[in-house]
Amino acid sequence: MKDFSYIRAATADAARQAAALPGAMLLAGGTTLIDLAKCGVAKPDSLIDITHLNGLDRIEVDERGATIGALAKMSHVADHAGIKSQFPAISEALWQAASAQIRNMATIGGNLMQRTRCPYFRDPANFPACNKRNPGSGCSAIGGVTRGHAVLGTSEACIATYPGDLAAALVAFDAMIHLGERRISVDAFFLLPGSTPDREHAMEPGEMITAIEIPASATARRSTYVKIRDRQSYEFAAASAAVGIEFEPDGRTIRDLRVALGGVATKPWRARAVEDALKGKVLEPEAIRAASLLAVEGAVDHGANRYKIELAPRVVARAILKLGETT
Amino acid sequence: MTSLPITLTINGLRHDLEIEPRVTLLDLLRERLDLTGTKKGCDRGQCGACTVLVDGRRVNSCLALAVSHDGAEILTIEGVAQGEDLHPVQAAFIAHDGFQCGFCTPGQIMSTLGLIAEGQAGDDPERIREGLSGNLCRCAAYGGIVEAVLEAQQNMAKSDRRTAA
Repeated sequence: MKDFSYIRAATADAARQAAALPGAMLLAGGTTLIDLAKCGVAKPDSLIDITHLNGLDRIEVDERGATIGALAKMSHVADHAGIKSQFPAISEALWQAASAQIRNMATIGGNLMQRTRCPYFRDPANFPACNKRNPGSGCSAIGGVTRGHAVLGTSEACIATYPGDLAAALVAFDAMIHLGERRISVDAFFLLPGSTPDREHAMEPGEMITAIEIPASATARRSTYVKIRDRQSYEFAAASAAVGIEFEPDGRTIRDLRVALGGVATKPWRARAVEDALKGKVLEPEAIRAASLLAVEGAVDHGANRYKIELAPRVVARAILKLGETT
Repeated sequence: MTSLPITLTINGLRHDLEIEPRVTLLDLLRERLDLTGTKKGCDRGQCGACTVLVDGRRVNSCLALAVSHDGAEILTIEGVAQGEDLHPVQAAFIAHDGFQCGFCTPGQIMSTLGLIAEGQAGDDPERIREGLSGNLCRCAAYGGIVEAVLEAQQNMAKSDRRTAA
């Protein structure tokens, strides 16, 4: 790990200003940053430690929704009574992410900022070509081993999967990210790779995630996160779905539905086509399975990741049907 | 880079230290303080061999910068036994053959202490396996580990009841 200087920020404003300087990076839980520094991907000249700031780790849940401070730990949010009752998909997404040790370290803001697990991105010594790390250098993944790579939202420059579980759940329920003076939807916060995969977020220099806000809704209250992976625990998603459902008073007709995918796209992926196809319909397995196929409209595979195109709709259907069973 | 002053309480002892910013908690424990019970496995947060408790919660010390934990209380495997008396978790790992080579064992035991303190696992083997999934054992002693955790929890609960009574 390359040497760097260390500044402990006294206030959030001071942290934002210090992090805007070239070579500076914010340090929160460190579970992504220290890992990537050891891989030779992150090479900060200075780290601005924000973990000692007060008041940024609060979790507040009321009838309007939840506000989660950027420094709240994954484990605290997952275990928060209000989050579990009002936003079960958020709690489940967090419980199924990482390991207990990492959930105790990693913050909610840092979780959103985690980088792709693309093995080519993570290995600069062996794979110098990576448009995310080194714009214009090419993509080592295309034509390589692509089992974990994205099938949605890809470009000729990058097919790296956004790995997070939480963000998929957030995008399903219209969550907003607080960046100090402005707010932005989670959907707009994450950028498609296009021709500039090095630019992953709509954040400007001098901005910092201070909180996440999730509006309360009937769909969020009746929601779940289904994650399919190569091993049962401590593994990134092969495909995952955050789903929330609201029924009409008859208990069978779908009034509102939220669907988002993880593990298959270059950013947290809202599947509005599935939602639109099923609103107003009666919950019925055949119709759910047929509509779930719309989740992968426009998907493009790169060989070994083809299975995700079949898997993702099945995960969506399983999640919707699971919610239909609970009353 | 200039060294910075920090204070850590490790296994109940206060340490005033000067360290470079890039030194991880793991390297500080092993290389500076000779507390080599905490192991370096992958050094990437994937294996759990470096697990210690920071302010009572289990973390991967390989991903923690020591300087960022100024003021924290650290518990390592060296601080778990009371003199010659093993902690119930340590005793249960021996009783149930919860290891073969032993390299992952300090991390497994620290992670178990964290798991029991979190109160999430109960007496459900499946939840114990899930709760300890951040600790890999290349000898695959998982069967014995889960039995050890179950027994340690029961023994600790019994002893808590005796203390309360």
